[in-house]
Amino acid sequence: MFQLIMNASLLIVSISTIIFIYRVIKGPTTPDRVVALDAIGINLVAITAILSVVLNTSAFLEVILLIGILAFIGTIAFSKYLEKGVIIDHDNDNN
Amino acid sequence: MKINNLVLQTVTKIIVFLIFLYSVDLFFAGHYTPGGGFVGGLMTSGAIVLLLLAYDLKTVRKIFPVNFIYVTALGLFISFSTGMIGIFADKPFLTHFFHKHVHLPIIGETSLHTAALFDLGVFLVVVGVTMTIIQTIGEDD
Repeated sequence: MFQLIMNASLLIVSISTIIFIYRVIKGPTTPDRVVALDAIGINLVAITAILSVVLNTSAFLEVILLIGILAFIGTIAFSKYLEKGVIIDHDNDNN
Repeated sequence: MKINNLVLQTVTKIIVFLIFLYSVDLFFAGHYTPGGGFVGGLMTSGAIVLLLLAYDLKTVRKIFPVNFIYVTALGLFISFSTGMIGIFADKPFLTHFFHKHVHLPIIGETSLHTAALFDLGVFLVVVGVTMTIIQTIGEDD
């Protein structure tokens, strides 16, 4: 029963990831695609967590935090590129 | 119009320490659990990249006043000299040693392995190479 619930939730998260992939491909503007990619990252966190429950191991718990941090940094880099056109400024004079 | 990224800078001030602490944890966990010098070094450079994104190149140079090429060289030197320990003890190159009972001041009795020093070299090389690449790409105007 527990195994069945875990597999069902894995299926639901996979379906939601596929719908996010549809938004990445179809999305009219670039911010749509960035938000969809960020949400795909969070879905990957969920998939990794459920999979580590299914496989009955704690070896993937580092990966969860790692994906979270990488999705955060990647989304910030992309949104800064969209807003300023440059990712790393040389000299910031407003602080 | 000036862009005021107060939220990003405030969040970065908190998150950078968490990422750095996590990288140190990954580095020291490498012997028994997943982790090690490579992932730890990548996460440390990820923390510095987050600082670079929230602030700018000049501020980060002020925070970390090191040339990251020297960090790479220091890491290579540490890894090489860890290998030389084996030669000086009449064993093959890169022979590692293991001391089971070492008394450290605060931690107490612990076990030390010279493979951790080799891993420290890998850590420094990864941080140095990644930060050199990102700073070099970021600064051409």
